Amino acid sequence: MELGERLIKGDKRACARLISLIENNDNRAIEVIKKHYNKTGNAHVIGITGPPGGGKSTLTDKLVKLLRKNDKKVGVIAVDPTSPFTGGSILGDRVRMSDLATDPGVFIRSMGTRGHLGGLSKATKGAVNILDIYGVDYIFIETVGVGQSEVDIVKSSDTVVMVMVPGLGDDIQAIKAGIMEIGDIFAVNKSDLDGADKTALELEMMLDFKKYDTWRPPVTKLSAVKNEGVNNLLDNIINHKEDMLKNENFKLRREKNAKLEILNLVEEELMEMVHKITDEHEGLDTIAKKVALRKSNPYTSRDEIIKLIKK
Amino acid sequence: MAERPIRVLVAKPGLDGHDRGAKVVARALRDAGMEVIYTGLRQTPEQIVSAAIQEDVDVVAMSILSGAHNHLFPKVVKLLKKENADDILVVGGGVIPEDDIPSLKEAGIKEIFTPGTPTTETIDFIKKNVKRK
Ligand code: B12
Ligand SMILES: Nc1nc2c(ncn2[C@@H]2O[C@H](COP(=O)(O)OP(=O)(O)OP(=O)(O)O)[C@@H](O)[C@H]2O)c(=O)[nH]1
Ligand SMILES: [Mg+2]
Repeated sequence: MELGERLIKGDKRACARLISLIENNDNRAIEVIKKHYNKTGNAHVIGITGPPGGGKSTLTDKLVKLLRKNDKKVGVIAVDPTSPFTGGSILGDRVRMSDLATDPGVFIRSMGTRGHLGGLSKATKGAVNILDIYGVDYIFIETVGVGQSEVDIVKSSDTVVMVMVPGLGDDIQAIKAGIMEIGDIFAVNKSDLDGADKTALELEMMLDFKKYDTWRPPVTKLSAVKNEGVNNLLDNIINHKEDMLKNENFKLRREKNAKLEILNLVEEELMEMVHKITDEHEGLDTIAKKVALRKSNPYTSRDEIIKLIKK
Repeated sequence: MAERPIRVLVAKPGLDGHDRGAKVVARALRDAGMEVIYTGLRQTPEQIVSAAIQEDVDVVAMSILSGAHNHLFPKVVKLLKKENADDILVVGGGVIPEDDIPSLKEAGIKEIFTPGTPTTETIDFIKKNVKRK
């Protein structure tokens, strides 16, 4: 049976294989997504982001376990950084999700960023599509914990949970511009430690700066290791989607995300074309050399490359 | 497009807590440009095989220092076969007596790396023996 057929039947190996293929930008995976895209869109895609070591994986583990009690099928994509020097990586998020490994209703996949910035890998959205076709009800995406530039997660999910921890103090101030825009829900994890109330209060104060017509991001305190307050967070996650569905917001968010997804794909393809076409002619290095020696200039070079593409 | 990195699951089956060797190997493989999925301590053979399949790895690399290798290593190979995933290269390491190595290899563990083996040897072995899908 071909991979796509196996995927819609819920075959784990086919799912795993197709995610590898999409990571490689392989046409076989792209064809499967094209063919079955009309079956996607049902899964609630939840981004889990926040500073390194904040407890994102531990929390994801607990959220998935709660959903499994209601017999929901769940997918998890956990992204960790790839070393820019060696191209290698250690993907360690599974350590916190060991119990889920043998659960037939859970699919966990670790991905390296492979040179992509913004907290996700280039193929993360493709992997989400594949898990959606595979037939999960919920998809969690755990981003790289970079702290301030995980903007990509917003483009890829319906609900973003920003995981904070007590004692970030001034750091919250420093990174607030980034994080306050990103979070649909703020989770103050490690509330078993001192300072959680203060962090929660500071977050509320920062949220007060903005006006909200509909959804105001809730702030919830919890402890993932002690498994306290996690059901509260899950309620918030589910409420967020329901709230968006009550008005136009869900439709608008999906439209906005689709637009960004298309533009990203076009951009990647265009860049590939640029490299290919310049290689066929004098090569980007030669063009660059001419510009560096002032025998040409960047703008004329751009015009010439664009002309080649348009032909 | 760059060649996709070799994906390796580094796992510690059994109940012992000796994880230094596994971590040393994980870092060495990463530095050799591989994508290492680290599962942590106390994994059952079922968990290891299940993770290997979801992660679509090329290699399963296990570390045992407790003496339980004769039971656990072959069990993982057997379960992989049951899942039709015996194209995955399986290697092991840790404190393993010379005398046990022939029977482990017979059981399908392609190579065993004992204390003192330079990690470059492991890297070379994996690069040479991995089956790219
Ligand atoms: C450090 C150590 C500990 C530390 C572990 C710290 C940690 N987090 O890892 C501590 C103090 C906690 C400890 C505790 C115990 N230990 Co201890 N420990 C050792 C010791 C001295 C060194 C192990 C080590 O870290 N080596 C350094 C690393 C880098 O080397 P390595 O693990 O061998 O890995 C290398 C190779 O083997 C190979 N490799 C290893 N794994 C893999 C995997 C793959 C895929 C590949 C390719 C290669 C590979 O590559 C690595 C690099 O070359 C060994 C003795 C020894 N010389 O080996 C005993 C030893 C392993 N411990 C032993 C015992 C008995 C125990 C205890 C049960 C003692 C007790 N009675 O309490 C406890 C058990 C604790 C537990 N929960 O499991 C015995 C095991 C006996 C056996 N196998 O039958 C040993 C062999 C000592 C002995 N001679 O009796 N131990
Ligand atoms: N005290 C306390 N520690 C926690 C809590 N949740 C997680 N931790 C610990 O925080 C550490 C990091 O947890 P992870 O779940 O790996 O955090 P992460 O955000 O996924 O980390 P990265 O993926 O490396 O960015 C671990 O030692 C956890 O046990 C909590 O609620 N309270
Ligand atoms: Mg994590």
